[in-house]
Amino acid sequence: MSTLEIRDLHVEVETESGPKEILRGVDLTVNSNETHAIMGPNGSGKSTLAYSIAGHPKYTVTRGEVLLDGENVLEMEVDERARAGLFLAMQYPVEVPGVSMSNFLRSAATAVRGEAPKVRHWVKEVKSAMTDLEIDPAFAERSVNEGFSGGEKKRHEVLQLSLLKPKFAVLDETDSGLDVDALRVVSKGVNDYKAQSDVGVLLITHYTRILRYIAPDRVHVFVNGRVAESGGPELAEELEANGYERFTSAAAEKEGQPA
Amino acid sequence: MTDTPVASTGGGSTTAPGAPVLDVDPGIKTASSPKIAPWEERFTSYDVEAFEVPRGREEQWRFTPLRRLNGLHDGAAADGEVAVTVRSGFGDSASDDLGGVRVEHVGRDDARIGEGGIPADRVAAQAWSAFPTATVVTVDQPRSDDEPLTVQVEGPGFGKTAYAHLQLRLEHQAEAVVVVDHRGSGTVAANLELVVGDGAKLLVVEVHDWADDAVFVGAQHLSVGRDATIRHTSVTLGGDLVRLSPTVNYRAPGGDAELDGLYFADGGQHLEQRLLVDHTATHCRSRVMYKGALQGAEGDKAAHTVWVGDVLIRKEAEGTDSYELNRNLLLTDNARADSVPNLEIETGEIAGAGHASATGRFDDEQLFYLMARGIPEAQARRLVVRGFFGEVIAKVRVPALRDRLEAAIEAELEAVGV
Ligand SMILES: Nc1ncnc2c1ncn2[C@@H]1O[C@H](COP(=O)(O)OP(=O)(O)O)[C@@H](O)[C@H]1O
Ligand SMILES: [Mg+2]
Repeated sequence: MSTLEIRDLHVEVETESGPKEILRGVDLTVNSNETHAIMGPNGSGKSTLAYSIAGHPKYTVTRGEVLLDGENVLEMEVDERARAGLFLAMQYPVEVPGVSMSNFLRSAATAVRGEAPKVRHWVKEVKSAMTDLEIDPAFAERSVNEGFSGGEKKRHEVLQLSLLKPKFAVLDETDSGLDVDALRVVSKGVNDYKAQSDVGVLLITHYTRILRYIAPDRVHVFVNGRVAESGGPELAEELEANGYERFTSAAAEKEGQPA
Repeated sequence: MTDTPVASTGGGSTTAPGAPVLDVDPGIKTASSPKIAPWEERFTSYDVEAFEVPRGREEQWRFTPLRRLNGLHDGAAADGEVAVTVRSGFGDSASDDLGGVRVEHVGRDDARIGEGGIPADRVAAQAWSAFPTATVVTVDQPRSDDEPLTVQVEGPGFGKTAYAHLQLRLEHQAEAVVVVDHRGSGTVAANLELVVGDGAKLLVVEVHDWADDAVFVGAQHLSVGRDATIRHTSVTLGGDLVRLSPTVNYRAPGGDAELDGLYFADGGQHLEQRLLVDHTATHCRSRVMYKGALQGAEGDKAAHTVWVGDVLIRKEAEGTDSYELNRNLLLTDNARADSVPNLEIETGEIAGAGHASATGRFDDEQLFYLMARGIPEAQARRLVVRGFFGEVIAKVRVPALRDRLEAAIEAELEAVGV
């Protein structure tokens, strides 16, 4: 059993007019085998939370902790966090020209597993994971994410999830920009990995659509840099019916601004 | 993105600090571009005395630290010679059995010498006036890609100066892959004529793997026949100062020239490339892709590279299809990359023309992405740099040379701890 604990996390970014606080005290605990949906309007800081957990250099943590089984992740380098068992499926996966997908996947698996996978097993493993995600094998020889469509990028993020086998996965809008078929394939990939592991999932999304495929145990409404309300799956249904307005206006009132 | 320009000077479409940089393509000639001297105005001569001794202000020389040329620009006398050997194959498998390839040593009175082009700067003219004998390598039939020719050029030795002349001739319909491999010490100025006959196909890779002291100034004269193909790749790794000036001249319609370059500058090195693609004939094609990495260690002298890419599409060159690109990757702060693309078009009847130039630091987003998958920073950097040069290396048709170049890049990165 593992635990990912986020405590009073405050994060700021550097802007032209000085530092700007984006996360303003996030508290959240995810255990193995749990799926937590984080839902919030655009600009509420969801990606900032995801990147901060992964250690993107653009974000500065000014207060709080992120603990993986009691160890402070914030003191680790980006690669150490990944090797400790954290995974971030990015909202905008990065293109790396000239580095083939197969070389990249193998380098990553070698790093995360601590030894190079045996070639024969590895080839089979990648092939079967690609088949499950309905990825054409030709992608293995293409440069990482270069010229991939939105859907192809997201499939490859989930491919990496299934090959790197993290303890905790943060999926940042893995559903956005997907048509129904792609959404089904990608969700199945996540569910398959959930079924064969004890992964804890932080499923970041703007829409409730993906929750029909990936069932959350908990739902957190994320507004203005913090969790505004937490509940069970029924909270997602309320959001589906009424949108974020109740939460955004409440948050605005709390800030002392007109709603 | 995090590719930020750091140093670029010159006119036209060079990226200015603060401007977006990746694959900036401002398109066609702008009013502020320095004009490319049209062919008729471009001064050429075999006679060194016809050129003034450069002072450093001239457009041609403004980037070159003349003091480090050891007098090549000012009449330095030869006191050594380069050693030129031609073999079949590359690396360990090379042999002296050249098949049908002819190697001759001739004087400058030989009618073939100069067919490829005429010197356009004083150092090239100096080399022309002073070389002891020219080596002419002639291929008159198609050779298989598996049998590259290697021309080994060995410097005259530490403290010595030499002038050299080499001509590669591909007769009508001939094909060959040639590696011109430069090594050793000393100061050398040379002309390389690449004369590609009608329908012929030459793939030539020029490797500059000089010792740390070496100074090399070379003019490459690419002369492309009717429907002929040339692929010229220059790889510049070693040497204190290396300056290359490839000029493409199309003798007839239908020529196809691709010029690729890879350069890797360490602290104190000055690596300069000045290209001119002169579209004088109809329906010719040119592609230019030069990629450089720079890494001056802190406290060391800066690494400096210069890339000037002039493409001139003249009035009569209808149906021209041209594109040029230069990208520089600054691996450390102590580095300066000058990049000056120039495209001048004198006819509206072209198939396509464009240019792009970008100089940037390491892309932190790429690094983050790789590291977020567990890959340690040093390895992630190496992956990105290898990827950056990948396009150029992939086009080198000699597997053993590809391996050597990849190993050389690894070693360069190792040296600075990137
Ligand atoms: N570099 C930056 N400079 C200024 N504002 C930023 C920067 N990065 C993020 N932000 C702001 O932080 C807020 C949260 O962004 P983000 O975490 O991407 O939100 P979400 O993923 O919920 O849409 C937004 O208002 C965004 O504009
Ligand atoms: Mg987001």
